[in-house]
Amino acid sequence: MKQKILRVCAVRQLTGTMFELKLSGIEGMNILPGQFVNVKTEGNYLRRPISVCNAEGDILTLVFKVVGRGTEAMSRLSEGDPADVLLELGNGYDLESCGEHPLLIGGGAGIPPMYYLARQLKRRGIEPTVILGFNTASECYYIDEFRAVSGSVKVTTADGTCGIRGFVTDALEECTGAYACGPMPMMKALYKTLSCPCQFSLEERMGCGFGACMGCTIKTKSGNRRVCKDGPVFRKEDLLWED
Amino acid sequence: MGRLSTVLCGIELDNPVIPASGTYGFGYEFAELYDINCLGTFSFKGTTKDPRFGNPTPRIAESASGMLNAVGLQNPGVDAVIREELPKLKQVFHKPVMANVSGFSVDDYVYTASLLDKEEQVGWLEINISCPNVHGGGMSFGTDPKAAHEVISAVRGAVKKPLIAKLSPNVTDIAAIAKACEDAGADAVSLINTLLGMRIDLRTKKPVLANVTGGLSGPAVFPVAVRMVYQVHRAVSIPVIGMGGVSSAEDVIEMMMAGASAVEIGAANLVDPYVCPKIIEQLPEVMDRFGINRLSDIIGITK
Repeated sequence: MKQKILRVCAVRQLTGTMFELKLSGIEGMNILPGQFVNVKTEGNYLRRPISVCNAEGDILTLVFKVVGRGTEAMSRLSEGDPADVLLELGNGYDLESCGEHPLLIGGGAGIPPMYYLARQLKRRGIEPTVILGFNTASECYYIDEFRAVSGSVKVTTADGTCGIRGFVTDALEECTGAYACGPMPMMKALYKTLSCPCQFSLEERMGCGFGACMGCTIKTKSGNRRVCKDGPVFRKEDLLWED
Repeated sequence: MGRLSTVLCGIELDNPVIPASGTYGFGYEFAELYDINCLGTFSFKGTTKDPRFGNPTPRIAESASGMLNAVGLQNPGVDAVIREELPKLKQVFHKPVMANVSGFSVDDYVYTASLLDKEEQVGWLEINISCPNVHGGGMSFGTDPKAAHEVISAVRGAVKKPLIAKLSPNVTDIAAIAKACEDAGADAVSLINTLLGMRIDLRTKKPVLANVTGGLSGPAVFPVAVRMVYQVHRAVSIPVIGMGGVSSAEDVIEMMMAGASAVEIGAANLVDPYVCPKIIEQLPEVMDRFGINRLSDIIGITK
């Protein structure tokens, strides 16, 4: 973990509720796909944990949904503003065990970490198939950004207004491994459907984000695990989602 | 003795700064960030007789200038603490540590405290009779002078190390509880634990915390804590450890003026992981600004 004061370089609204925030000042840091950062926001006591959408050169990209006062404060930041951020949090995805043809599956606000993962896999010569699930066309974002990284990007919308009508599970294909991040019903459906090695990125309300407060503990097959420190990425075989 | 040093039940601390139980784990997360030997000491994660998962999530909620938690004493149990956590801690922390003990019956407290009492690394036993997030124990011992007396005197009879009773603010007369603990043989009292609170999610109309209620901490509770430390310091003759929303060197000084011999820092560690070394570094400068030569000179100076 590192604490840094980053600078806002750009804020862009992607949809009605999704925002992209670019921050400078991460030169020399070792940020892994699947990790998150914890952001201090104006007027709120606790930091807000946000997954890393990209980290390249000096620039950290965060894409987040405005769901409350913390993320709303983040959406109101403007160029030049300082941001007090804890970085290099969480375990991140294991990039070694996905085989030659991995699937990257993101749903709604869970899509951002898949972007950094796709880029890092591509740097290793692996081009994943990306499946992005949304509710409706007006909520779609980052499709072009993903298409610039992968030749195989599938989009699903629940109402059929963009791409395949249905859910991410309607777009699955043969794969050697899968990574998923999204709402719980999506994750549990994938847990039941996929038989390849899978890594799931979980979300939980956090206090500190670095393993001190025990605010985000879940039960797993290998015992109690803190989502912030032992996760947020968990292997399918560790999760207790049979019910 | 240095400018910052203070004495707690016969043990000298280099400075009065003590990370509070439940916000500092067993120290290793912070040892990755800085040398934790800069601390006066720290109070490790509340330990019970048996391993505990704690409460379901969500366990954390935001609040104005503070937070609610309902972790519910998640810990690996006293045997695992002694077998695994203390040897690991020994690698990174070379001062006496404060062992925080919780329980659900008098026998639980006595069992856990007697085992930790035998550990060389343990300098003090902080008996938590004030956890608001568990049922059938914890706070119920700390909200009634008779029950507090019963549990503290039972533990007193079973341990040799200095005994600190950690008190709940969820009472009408905290000084009466503190006196009962003093009469029962406590060597010090620490206060305040969290204030019982609750938040509701307007969208779902349900409580934010799975446990419904939780404990409020952070700067929001600081004035309540200062008031209670002041009242307790005047009511007992044993040392008082002040805590509750302390976030700066100025807060530490205010707490000591109210009557604290040492100061615990809780929620602030979760928001700024470097807050304790920052406070220790800033203390001499802030003391100069207020004409304070040694911290030990100002304990309870406010009349």
